[in-house]
Amino acid sequence: MIELAESIPAWIAVPVTLLLIAGSLITLIGTLCLVRLPHFYQRIHGPAISITFGTTCFVLASMLYFSGLGLRPVLHELLISAFVLLTAPVSAMLLMRAAVYRDLRNTHKQAQHDSAKSSQPPSA
Amino acid sequence: MNKLLPSPLLSVSLIVIWLLLNQSLALSQLLLGGLLAWVIPMYCAPLAIKGSRIRKPWVLFRLLAWSATEIVRSCINVSRIILFRRQHQLNSQFIRVPLHLRDVTGLAVLSCIINSTPGTVWVEILPDTHELSLHVFDLHDEAWWIDTIKQRYEQPLIEIFEGASQ
Repeated sequence: MIELAESIPAWIAVPVTLLLIAGSLITLIGTLCLVRLPHFYQRIHGPAISITFGTTCFVLASMLYFSGLGLRPVLHELLISAFVLLTAPVSAMLLMRAAVYRDLRNTHKQAQHDSAKSSQPPSA
Repeated sequence: MNKLLPSPLLSVSLIVIWLLLNQSLALSQLLLGGLLAWVIPMYCAPLAIKGSRIRKPWVLFRLLAWSATEIVRSCINVSRIILFRRQHQLNSQFIRVPLHLRDVTGLAVLSCIINSTPGTVWVEILPDTHELSLHVFDLHDEAWWIDTIKQRYEQPLIEIFEGASQ
């Protein structure tokens, strides 16, 4: 079982706390991006900072905490960052392409609509 | 590189992942992980891409180290823009980068690096011109971006996966 927090030495507690605060702040900023920015193409950049920097901070904090307590040599958090770094780019790319093709289709429809209108005689 | 062990690298990474997930070096886990690492690559062999292999590991290492620092730097930049910049001053643009890299694995690594770096998202490779279409969060200098991507990322990837230094 996990020991009580009182038994953590300061040299572990301080960096773990700093890493957790940094990770939380970065994740908050990434989310703010979704609220503040007006366009989809700009909002898609926000989660990238949570994914990279935020996840790294949390993973490092977890590794430090559990290794420092001497419960286990902690490496398996590394898998989290590996999986996240392999999968997040794929979802970002899919979202981006979906948005681009939706916009292309809309402009195409709009152009067809406009040309159909302008080809009609003005008196009609 | 034979039928029984089609890709040793995949087998090694599978057994490492298995042991890390189970957090043990017990004999039973070693045997089970070994079995998985042996069987899975055999069944995945038809999916594997022929001819892609890492020729210069140290270049790959340097590339990854450089991308890591670039990711941290971009994180700070993008956070600052989100917090302090007014929206109408933000210059978000699509740019096109002509690519020479053809190796599929190399392109996959490039897309992972570009999408992991905050501030840039990969859209697609235009099939007729082999240009990479890219969305940049805050564009100042298009030529700088094209130069950086070609020299810092594409050139090492060509060395690693295609074996030719231009």
